[in-house]
Amino acid sequence: MSPEIGTHQLESDTAGDMNFKETELTLALPGESRTLKEMNGGTIGTKRGFLETVDLNLGSPRADCSDKDRNESENDVLTAAKPPAAKAQVVGWPPVRDYRKNAMKSCKYVKVAVDGAPYLRKVNLEMYNSYEQLLSALEDMFSCFTIRNYLNERKMVNGVENVPTYEDKDGDWMMLGDVPWKMFVESCKRLRLMKSSEANGLAPRTPSKCSSTSG
Amino acid sequence: MLRMARSLPEEVLEHVFSFIHSDKDRNAISMVCKSWYEIERWCRRRIFVGNCYAVNPSMVIRRFPEVRSVELKGKPHFADFNLVPDGWGGYVYPWIAAMANAYPWLEEISLKRMVVTDETLELIAKSFKNFKVLVLSSCEGFSTDGLAAIAANCRNLRQLDLRESEVDDPSGHWLSHFPDSFTSLVSLNISCLGSEVNFSALEHLVGRCPNLRTLRLNRAVPLDRLANILRRAPQLVELGAGTYSAELRPDVFSSIAGAFSGCKELKSLSGFWDVVPGYLPAIYPICSSLTSLNLSYATIQSPDLVKLVSQCQSLQRLWVLDYIEDIGLEALAAFCKDLQELRVFPSEPFALEPNVSLTEQGLVSVSEGCLKLHSVLYFCRQMTNDALVTIARNCPKMTRFRLCIIEPRTSDYITLQPLDDGFGAIVEHCKDLRRLSLSGLLTDRVFEYIGTHAKKLEMLSVAFAGDSDLGLHHVLYGCENLRKLEIRDCPFGDKALLANAAKLETMRSLWMSSCSVSFGACKLLGQKMPRLNIEVIDERGPPDSRPESCPVEKLYIYRTLAGPRFDMPGFVWTMDEDSALRFS
Repeated sequence: MSPEIGTHQLESDTAGDMNFKETELTLALPGESRTLKEMNGGTIGTKRGFLETVDLNLGSPRADCSDKDRNESENDVLTAAKPPAAKAQVVGWPPVRDYRKNAMKSCKYVKVAVDGAPYLRKVNLEMYNSYEQLLSALEDMFSCFTIRNYLNERKMVNGVENVPTYEDKDGDWMMLGDVPWKMFVESCKRLRLMKSSEANGLAPRTPSKCSSTSG
Repeated sequence: MLRMARSLPEEVLEHVFSFIHSDKDRNAISMVCKSWYEIERWCRRRIFVGNCYAVNPSMVIRRFPEVRSVELKGKPHFADFNLVPDGWGGYVYPWIAAMANAYPWLEEISLKRMVVTDETLELIAKSFKNFKVLVLSSCEGFSTDGLAAIAANCRNLRQLDLRESEVDDPSGHWLSHFPDSFTSLVSLNISCLGSEVNFSALEHLVGRCPNLRTLRLNRAVPLDRLANILRRAPQLVELGAGTYSAELRPDVFSSIAGAFSGCKELKSLSGFWDVVPGYLPAIYPICSSLTSLNLSYATIQSPDLVKLVSQCQSLQRLWVLDYIEDIGLEALAAFCKDLQELRVFPSEPFALEPNVSLTEQGLVSVSEGCLKLHSVLYFCRQMTNDALVTIARNCPKMTRFRLCIIEPRTSDYITLQPLDDGFGAIVEHCKDLRRLSLSGLLTDRVFEYIGTHAKKLEMLSVAFAGDSDLGLHHVLYGCENLRKLEIRDCPFGDKALLANAAKLETMRSLWMSSCSVSFGACKLLGQKMPRLNIEVIDERGPPDSRPESCPVEKLYIYRTLAGPRFDMPGFVWTMDEDSALRFS
């Protein structure tokens, strides 16, 4: 990205929501389309995916939107992920089909369903190094819901709790956190954030495995 | 003339019509007079429904009672990129159920982007005694259990093609359900299957089907199995290899090389996951007769690609990763003078920095060296107007041009201007252009060029482009042959859409997501245009829970004779004549 665009964007005024230039430098780390997040007091279609990320990533005014700053910014999903050798993605861009992405290295897209949310989403498990990172990303993607941390710490936001579960290669539904991270990535076919009340039938967590689940 | 038409016996007319295959011509015939309409409809054998919701099965069956081959398409194209939420629709079961009763002699079913269930496949397997061809392209919703039913029951199956479908495959044993007496297979494409198939069942199947011409294996077939399979099918014309990697060993190499040399008819290669370059020379002997090469999964670098490609003098189609780089494309331009179609896919679409040296120059080289080039899909990270103008001038016969500059809104990297003029040159010089995908920094001006020049354009894909409604208006107003328009993240709103409402009935469909079309405009369109389905897709809940001026998340508009559909999920609303009442 040429620096000229960077400085230009600060001066260019927003013709309301239509001007994308001011978001241009944040394109490197746009979030997943976060339609549930009510940004700027109104979910206006043209903003989604860009203006959202401006508010999301930059706590301070966007004086210098370099990668360096972004790395140093406070707790946000994207810095928790792997170092930015890869971008976080806008949904459906670039227009490469999932089976192609999955055939390449570092790509394992699985569907994520959240009880109560109309849309399924997809996440690339290879983008994360640990359960914490994944859960953090999921929380951000489905921000109206609270995901019960696999270590049983809960963050109550809207008072709705979800338990993260996954379907493994054998078709069984398991709770997240039981197996080492890499093994999980290998065997996970899809994710589902289940309502706490429904998760009762699942295999209980075995506390002794907790320590091996990070990384 | 009229007297002559009436006096020709039906059988004669029917015989004449049997030489007419294209839908367009058949439709024209049916409009000549009532008796021709009647004769034609009884002898139409193939039907194509480009949007499964444009018409319902009973209408089709009522008009065409003797159909042998059906092709249906479901979800809009942007579903390929996860823009159409799961559960939107495209269920094929109602069609199959209706046809099971009406067309017992149905032979061929081709589906694209539809939801197919195991129940559907089981119904197909037992309903059509002479069933021959099943093509499931980018479909989902079924498992290998459904495939087992097809294998077990379709005695005359010739083609089973699962291209790019999402199959739940817990077991590889479905192949064993083809009975030993089954020998009619001509084409098998299982490249999309994730898990292993039973190798001995596969080898046995291949060995007993003497007419097998096309075999596309999946990644789980290892290299050391490939030689055995090839030796059983030396008559193969099209092969998709599985994983092309193994420890380099001379005995394995000569086995593979020998097997390939035995296949004198091979014209098309694909697959090649995880390539070990040391095994590539095994295919050199057959390179000169290859017309189609799909290396888009092969992570081989440009020196190996150059060696390969420079031996493929008959090549007409190449799909490859951007590892080929500009230097490899120069070699392509030098050696493959018959090239018609080129697709270059990104090896690292999400990397911040380019990982390969592939630029606009590569495509320019190919346009200079390959005079028959008419179909392009090119992912890259930089472009200039000059390059596009050069390409346009070199390839006036271009029919499909899809350029994806990976970073949205990237300008000409030398002049920093929008790429309006470059794409303008494409539509101006390429008068036969039927399909176009835009990218890069684009203003309303590019749409003016498109509306003015792209008179044969049938499909246009637009993302992160334009300044105002004028852009959309230029396209809707000017592109006379436009059938499909798909738009995402553009500042297009109500005005252009409402002003060109009538145009929408001349098109198959319009998709707009993350644009600025208001709910109010959608309602209005629904009232004005009863022969359109205006589908509002919104995750935020009912559109009337927000102000009328609020833009809808996603909008899918298509013409239909069937009225609003009844299988919509909770996040899709159809605007129709009553919507004003319902939503007030």
